[in-house]
Amino acid sequence: MRLYVLKRLLLMIPTLLGVAVVVFFVLRVLPGDIVELKYAGTGAYAPKEAMDRERAQLGLDQPLWKQFTTWIVGIPRLDFGTSMWTGQPISHEIAIRLELSIELALMATFVAVLISVPLGTLAAVKQDTWIDYCVRVFSIAGLAIPSFWLGIIIILAFVIYFHWLPPLIFTSFWVDPKENLLQLIWPALAVGYRYSAVATRMTRSTILEVLREDYIRTARAKGLWEQAVLIRHALKNALLPIITVIGLEFAFLVGGLVVTEQVFNLNGIGKLFVEAISQRDYTMVQSLVLLTSFVFIFVNFTTDLVNAWLDPRIRYQ
Amino acid sequence: MKPLKVGNLTTIATVVVLVVTLFFQASRLMAAQAQTPRSGGELVFAVGGTPPSYDGHRETTFAMLHPVAPHYSTLLRFDPQNYPKIIGDVAESWGVSKDALTYTFKIRKGIKFHDGSELSSNDVKATYDKIVFPPAGVASARKASYDLVKKIETPDPLTVVFQLKHMSASFLANLASPWNFIYKAAILEKDPRWYEKNIMGTGPFTFVEYVAGSHWVGKKNSNYFMKGRPYLDGYKAVFIRDTAPRMAAIRSGQALIEFRGVNPAARDDIMKTLGNKGVVQESPWICNLTVTINNEKKPFDDPRVRRALSLGIDRRLGSTALSKISLSKFVGGVFRPGSQFAASDAELSKLVGFGKNIEAARKEAKRLLKEAGVPEGFSFTLKNRNVKEPYEMAGVYVIDQWRQIGLNVNHVQQEEGPYFNDLRQGNYDAGIDFACDFMDEPDLQLIKFLSSDKSSLNYARYKDSVLDDLYEKQSRETDPKLRLALLRQFEKRVLDEKAYQFHILWWQRIIPHWAKVKGWKITPSHYLNQDLAGVWLAE
Repeated sequence: MRLYVLKRLLLMIPTLLGVAVVVFFVLRVLPGDIVELKYAGTGAYAPKEAMDRERAQLGLDQPLWKQFTTWIVGIPRLDFGTSMWTGQPISHEIAIRLELSIELALMATFVAVLISVPLGTLAAVKQDTWIDYCVRVFSIAGLAIPSFWLGIIIILAFVIYFHWLPPLIFTSFWVDPKENLLQLIWPALAVGYRYSAVATRMTRSTILEVLREDYIRTARAKGLWEQAVLIRHALKNALLPIITVIGLEFAFLVGGLVVTEQVFNLNGIGKLFVEAISQRDYTMVQSLVLLTSFVFIFVNFTTDLVNAWLDPRIRYQ
Repeated sequence: MKPLKVGNLTTIATVVVLVVTLFFQASRLMAAQAQTPRSGGELVFAVGGTPPSYDGHRETTFAMLHPVAPHYSTLLRFDPQNYPKIIGDVAESWGVSKDALTYTFKIRKGIKFHDGSELSSNDVKATYDKIVFPPAGVASARKASYDLVKKIETPDPLTVVFQLKHMSASFLANLASPWNFIYKAAILEKDPRWYEKNIMGTGPFTFVEYVAGSHWVGKKNSNYFMKGRPYLDGYKAVFIRDTAPRMAAIRSGQALIEFRGVNPAARDDIMKTLGNKGVVQESPWICNLTVTINNEKKPFDDPRVRRALSLGIDRRLGSTALSKISLSKFVGGVFRPGSQFAASDAELSKLVGFGKNIEAARKEAKRLLKEAGVPEGFSFTLKNRNVKEPYEMAGVYVIDQWRQIGLNVNHVQQEEGPYFNDLRQGNYDAGIDFACDFMDEPDLQLIKFLSSDKSSLNYARYKDSVLDDLYEKQSRETDPKLRLALLRQFEKRVLDEKAYQFHILWWQRIIPHWAKVKGWKITPSHYLNQDLAGVWLAE
C-alpha cells in the first residue's frame, strides 16, 4: 500500500509537467497578445515602439524555451511568477480567491450529498412508486437545468420580489459566518442541486443493485430491521461508486465554476481564469491550469485511498 | 345650521392664505436644503472591470480610473459642472507666452500629499518628466501627445514652466487629462515604477484597501486642499465585470451608481425598480463605431467601392432604431455631434453617406459599384468583436443596409485577441472598430485616420500624406476659425473623397442611479469627473 501511495505521488510530477508544456505552447499559438489587448482593447493610441517596449518588459521578446524555463523553475518553490496584466505575484492573486472557491466547492458538495444520498436511497427502496417517480423527475430536472440559469433566476427573484441581493464582497467564514453564508449559500444551492442530480441517480442504481444481493436477503432472514439492513449493509456497500462520483465532481468544482461565479459576482478562481484567458495573461493561465490539474489529480488520488479504506477487499499491488 | 358671518369668512380666508403660504415656503426651504451638500456617508459604486495597475500614466482603461482617480489631483482639470471649461486643480493660475511656446503655471500653496509632505513644482515636473520623457522600462501610454514638449522647468517651488517645440492648439487641454495624476518626485526618483502598485497622491481620498477582483476602498482626506471637500466620508468601488450582476447590484441598492454607462434596456429595468428613488442622466458620448476597410484588398482599394459602402448605410434610420436598443445614437462625422469641432448638419449632409435622401444615396451606391466592376451579390466578410452591445447590433444593421445595395456580407464575430490580431495583420475585408477619447479634441479624434505607418490605431492599411500634413497643420493652428477650416478639409478627404474608413454612429451615455447621489454631473466622457470631490449623499 505504501509503495502504491508513493508511486501515485511520484506519477503526479510527469503528469503536471506534461500539462505545463501543453498549456504553455497552446497559449502561445492563440492569436493576439496582452499588450495589443491592453491598448487596442481600450481604443488607446500607442506607437509601435511603446508596445514593443512593453512586450520586452514582460519578457515576450525572449525565445520560447527561455520563457518556459523562467516560469517552470519557480514552480517547485511555489513561485508562479507575476501576472502579466497586473504585475502582482500570481501566488497572491490566487491566494485571495482560493478560499472562496474551495469553500463554495465544499458547500456545493455538501448540498449535493445532503440531497442525493437520502433521495437516491428513498427512490431505490420505493422503486416504481410515485416517490420514485418524483425523485427521478427531480434529478432529471437537476441534470437539465444549467446551474448558471438557476443562479440568474435566484438573483432576479431576490431583486424583483425582495429588493435584496446577497453581499457583493466576500467575507471569510472565520471573520463573519453569517455574512459569509449569506453570500455563498445561494450559489452552493444552485450548483449543489445540479450535482446532486448525478449523485442521486448513481445512488439509486447502486442501492438497487446491492439490495438484490444474497447478503441482504440473509440479513433480512436473520430478522434485522429494514432500516438496519439499509444503513448497515446496503448503503455501506453502495458507497464506493457514490464517493467516486462525488469526488470527481468536487475536483471539477474548484476552478470550474466559471459561469456561476460570473452570475453571482464571486471573486473566485473560475472568474480569474476567464479574465486571464481573455487578457492573454499567459503566466496566470499557466499557473491556474497547473493548480486545477493538481487539485484534480490529488482529489482523484484521495478518492482512491478512501475507497481502499472503506472496502478491505480492495488491494493495490 | 347658522349662516357664516362675514367676519368668520374673513378669518377662514386669512387662515387658508397663511397655511398655503407657509406650505410653499416650507417646500422651498426643503428644496433648498435638499440641494445643500450634506457631509457624510460612503458611496458604493460598481465598476465593470478591474485595474491592471494603479498607474494612471500607464493605463488606458476606465476600470483603473474610476477607483483610483479619487486619490489624485492633476495640474488642470475639466470643470465637473461645466465641460469643456478648463479649471485649475493643483494649478492656481497660468499664462501662455505670446508665441504660444511657453506655458507658465502657478501652483497652489499648501497642497499636501497623503503622507503630509507638501507638494511643490518639483513634483509636477517629475510627474510630467515621467509622462513625456519616461525612463527606460517605464510605460507612458500618452507620451505621443506630449512629444512637442521640449523641456520642463521649475524656476521656484510654486512655478512650473513648459517649453514647447512648436505651437499647439491642444496642449492646455491635454494638461487637463484625467490620466495625468500628480506623483511625488521623491518617490519617482527612488523607483519610477512605484506607482504601478502603490498609491500616494494629493486627491480628496486616501487609500484604504484593495482586494484584487473584489473591491477598492478610499476614505476622506481631511487635509484636502479644497476646504469643505470632499463631502463623503469614503467610497467603495465594487468590481462587477458582468452586466447582469452589475445592474442587479444597482437595482438592489448595494451599489448606488455605475459611472461608465448602460444601454437603454438596462436603464429602463433599473428605473422600473427604483421608481422615484432613481434618476437618469444622459449625454452624448465621445465614443463611436466605425467601419474599417482593408484598403489594400481588392475591390476595397477602389474609392468608388468604399464610397458606395458608406452611401449604402442609412445612418438616420439607424440612429432612430439602434438608439432604442443600444448605445449607438448620434449621426456624426469625425467629431462628436454637438461639440465645438463638429460639422454643422448642413456641412455633414454634403459628405458621402451622411445625406438625408437614402434612396438617392443607394442609387448612387449601386451605380458606383457597377462602375467599379463589383457584381450584384458580391460577397465579403465583416469582422466584429463578439460583444453584443453595441458591436453586434451595429454589425447586423450595417450588413442589412449593404444587402439593400446588392451586397452579401458574412458577419464573423471574434474574441478580442483574434479580432485585433486579424485587423493588425490585414486578415480581413471590413471590420467594425471603435474609438473613445477623454475630450473633444481633433488631435485625439483624428489620430486614427493618419497613415497606417504613423498611427497604431489605423487598421485600414493606407498611407495618405495629405491627411498627415493636414493633421500637423491643424495641430499647430491656434486660430479657432482657421483650425476649423483645416478640420473640415480633413473630414471631407477622409469620409467623402477617399472614404478610407467611416463612422456608423456616435454613442449615447446613459447613467441611471439612485437619486440620493448628488453633486455628480454627467460629461461626454466616462474618463472625466471621477475624483468624487463634489459628490454627496442626500441621505
